[in-house]
Amino acid sequence: MVEVQTCQTMAEAAASLGEGARYLGGGTIVMRQVNYGDQSFHRIVRALQPERGVRGDVQGLRIGAGTTMADLLASSEVRFLHPVARQIGGPAIRNMATLGGNLFAQNPYGDLAVALLALDAQVVMSGGQAQPMERFLAERGHLRGLVEAVSLPRPQPGTFYFRKVSRVKPKGVSVMSLAGCLRSGDPRVVFGNMGPAPTRARAAERALAGGLSEAAISAACSVCTEGLAPADDALASAWYRREVAAVHLRRMLDSGASD
Amino acid sequence: MAKTPVTFTLNDAEAALFVDPGAALVDVLRRGAGDLTPKQGCAQGTCGACTVLIDGVPHLSCLTLAETVQGRHVETTSGLAGGPDLHPLQKAFIEGFAAQCGFCTSGMLMAAKSLLDQTPDPTRDQVIEAISGNLCRCTGYEPIVDAILTAAAEMQGRPAQQGVR
Ligand SMILES: Cc1cc2nc3c(=O)[nH]c(=O)nc-3n(C[C@H](O)[C@H](O)[C@H](O)COP(=O)(O)OP(=O)(O)OC[C@H]3O[C@@H](n4cnc5c(N)ncnc54)[C@H](O)[C@@H]3O)c2cc1C
Ligand code: FES
Ligand code: FES
Repeated sequence: MVEVQTCQTMAEAAASLGEGARYLGGGTIVMRQVNYGDQSFHRIVRALQPERGVRGDVQGLRIGAGTTMADLLASSEVRFLHPVARQIGGPAIRNMATLGGNLFAQNPYGDLAVALLALDAQVVMSGGQAQPMERFLAERGHLRGLVEAVSLPRPQPGTFYFRKVSRVKPKGVSVMSLAGCLRSGDPRVVFGNMGPAPTRARAAERALAGGLSEAAISAACSVCTEGLAPADDALASAWYRREVAAVHLRRMLDSGASD
Repeated sequence: MAKTPVTFTLNDAEAALFVDPGAALVDVLRRGAGDLTPKQGCAQGTCGACTVLIDGVPHLSCLTLAETVQGRHVETTSGLAGGPDLHPLQKAFIEGFAAQCGFCTSGMLMAAKSLLDQTPDPTRDQVIEAISGNLCRCTGYEPIVDAILTAAAEMQGRPAQQGVR
């Protein structure tokens, strides 16, 4: 049986973590582990007042780790993220699942993390220090402390793209998910479920640096799986994922920006 | 290990219970409060049979740590009927053969109630979206979707449209 420790703030919760403890966000992953007798932790730590909601200022946006998918859908500040949040789980999951939990979700989950990597988000820890999503994702397995929020620049209108590929609609987990922030000069193309964590497709980014011409899109599609390491799972084989990645990149670009 | 006291509103009554650490809300409702309407199908969030409303919106009670409902309002299917009068959704489910084995029914009803509370006159697509987290192994979903549309029409005082596909 697990023990539950309830703290007021994220800082207090961060301080009371330690060996055998797991932080509880919305619980859609942690409670599953509790129900199935996961032995890797014996203590749940939760915070009564995690940072929740979207705040915007001239600098950009800050989204609290305790913000749920339903909260994102209710915020007009982050309309560009609505197509992402809307495709995560069913309605009950969206009322529970938090941004903080999504940053740690293993395959086939983590669709919001894919989008946040493409948006150049910074992950703000409860101690106040911030680091880019890419470094955070590389280190998330052995990170100390808790995530307080993410901060991100507002994408220029018409530059953010997202596509989730799933076998069941309207609710189904990702075979892969794709996000792009396609400003000229320094674009981002990110794949989820095509490696242990969301991954930038750098060769495709280079091909799209000059803009979205037909030639550039074809070039990006032909190199988009470079550096990706998909795995076999119950949804699809690694071979299949490599074969169809370019098709979905093209479909995402053809279907237009999601904001 | 010490139990934790939790008080919350269960449908129209106050509930005060001692819960085991780490207990899921579905267990506490069924074993502690004796409300057997939320069903536990999968205990991992995929079937929706345990759906209850917390402060008006659907939550999966198998993935809800029971003590997090302290001070909140939990609604289950046992609160739907007003005495002997069934809720229009319940009537429409019975009349439209939207329940066969019935295991998914209370989760479906709660997902549907939340939809109709917020969107009294939903489209067919909105109904499908609202129950997309609820699995049914028996009906093939069509009778359930029809029943929810029928209940919505009745609650709006309109005759039910048949075969709105
Ligand atoms: C039926 C079902 C369908 C789903 N569908 C999708 C889907 O389509 N797409 C998708 O992306 N995901 C999906 N998920 C997975 C999950 O619901 C989401 O990834 C969700 O965002 C996880 O958030 P949570 O708050 O519930 O996480 P929790 O279960 O609370 O936590 C998950 C992990 O993150 C850690 N954590 C949480 N918050 C913090 C924090 N602030 N700081 C540090 N660590 C933290 C926890 O300790 C834990 O290890 C689904 C889950 C279920 C059960
Ligand atoms: S028992 Fe909760 S979703 Fe299946
Ligand atoms: S009626 Fe049997 S699962 Fe839906």
